[in-house]
Amino acid sequence: MKVGILFSGGKDSTYSAYLTKKEGYEICCLISIISENPESYMFHTPSIDKVREQAKVMGIPLVIVKTKGEKEKELKDLERAIERAVRDFGIEGIVSGAVESVYQASRIQKICNNLDLECFNPLWQKGQIELLEDLIRERFEIVLSGVFAYPFDERWLGRKIDKRFVKDMKKMQEKFGISPSGEGGEFESLVLYCPLFKKKLKIIERKVIGEKHSWRMEIKLK
Amino acid sequence: MILIINICKEKLGYYEFVRPIESILENNKIKFFTKHYNKVNKNDLKKSDKIIICGTSLKDNEFVRDIAKFDWIGNYDKPVLGICGGMQMIGLIFGGRLSKETEIGYYSENFKKEYLGLKGKQEVYHLHNNYVGFGSLEAFEVFSEGKISQAVKHKEKEIYGVLFHPEVRQKDLIVKFCSL
Repeated sequence: MKVGILFSGGKDSTYSAYLTKKEGYEICCLISIISENPESYMFHTPSIDKVREQAKVMGIPLVIVKTKGEKEKELKDLERAIERAVRDFGIEGIVSGAVESVYQASRIQKICNNLDLECFNPLWQKGQIELLEDLIRERFEIVLSGVFAYPFDERWLGRKIDKRFVKDMKKMQEKFGISPSGEGGEFESLVLYCPLFKKKLKIIERKVIGEKHSWRMEIKLK
Repeated sequence: MILIINICKEKLGYYEFVRPIESILENNKIKFFTKHYNKVNKNDLKKSDKIIICGTSLKDNEFVRDIAKFDWIGNYDKPVLGICGGMQMIGLIFGGRLSKETEIGYYSENFKKEYLGLKGKQEVYHLHNNYVGFGSLEAFEVFSEGKISQAVKHKEKEIYGVLFHPEVRQKDLIVKFCSL
């Protein structure tokens, strides 16, 4: 089956893409929504423009649609992007990286149902620690590109998701109620390498922006 | 030993509709084995204490065409829980008819009697284009209010069916079923 991946460049959508390929589906395109609203309900914003570099090293075409990121209106923009992917690449299904968010998942389901497309959410309801451990086992290289909750600060930016990170997240969960995989929006991630990439991406420049417990990185990749 | 039955045609469906059930059982140290409905044999039915038939995606209705492969439900004398598509199959086996109604996302449902630990108003996650109206099936009791049967049980057998997806917000319902 030909599918398109709803792709943010973070760990969840990239891992969904990886599982899709592993199960023998043909990934015809990545679909990314660039939101002008940092508080977007649907679409994650830090490093979203890095999807261009990621798509390039995966050798998969990219469909990009911009949205103002206003609640519900951004869904129309998502539908427009999916329609374009159907027209240009003949996709028959959509794959998302939704894990816990019923808001996100049900809206994607509705759009796909209206367009008569299959909708797959391979990470749906997955345990957060299990997800992090899977990513490490499958040799994903992921860094934090933004942090948005107490007690995170700018020192967490660029930190790798590795065994030590998982250990620390377990403690953060116990002490501060942080979702270990950032499911509550506590942090966003950027994938620098996974088995779908033909080469590793490197951060060659980074600018840190933010205050208190809300920080993000603007980066250049090579 | 619980037998989890996968009714998804698509391989990716396993991750979304079967794996969450497996995780709930793993987290509660409940032993299980999983099989696709195409591969379930007499020995599997014999060695299982209970069976959970999982749901599938909105567009995947292939299992409905394979109704003969679910004939065993009528004669199985141990507990069965059908979730969404699994519930629809139970209804079809007992003579029900498939009707169209799309519900996606959280809905508030009222359970008039206790049902596997659920009672009163509950917010449940729906993902279906079809349902079976159990109200017309004499052999079943309907535990929910409203036009569409959300939770049913066979009057004489331990056969349960829920149209919503308890693996999203009512995980305890699955654990309760496993402890029957």
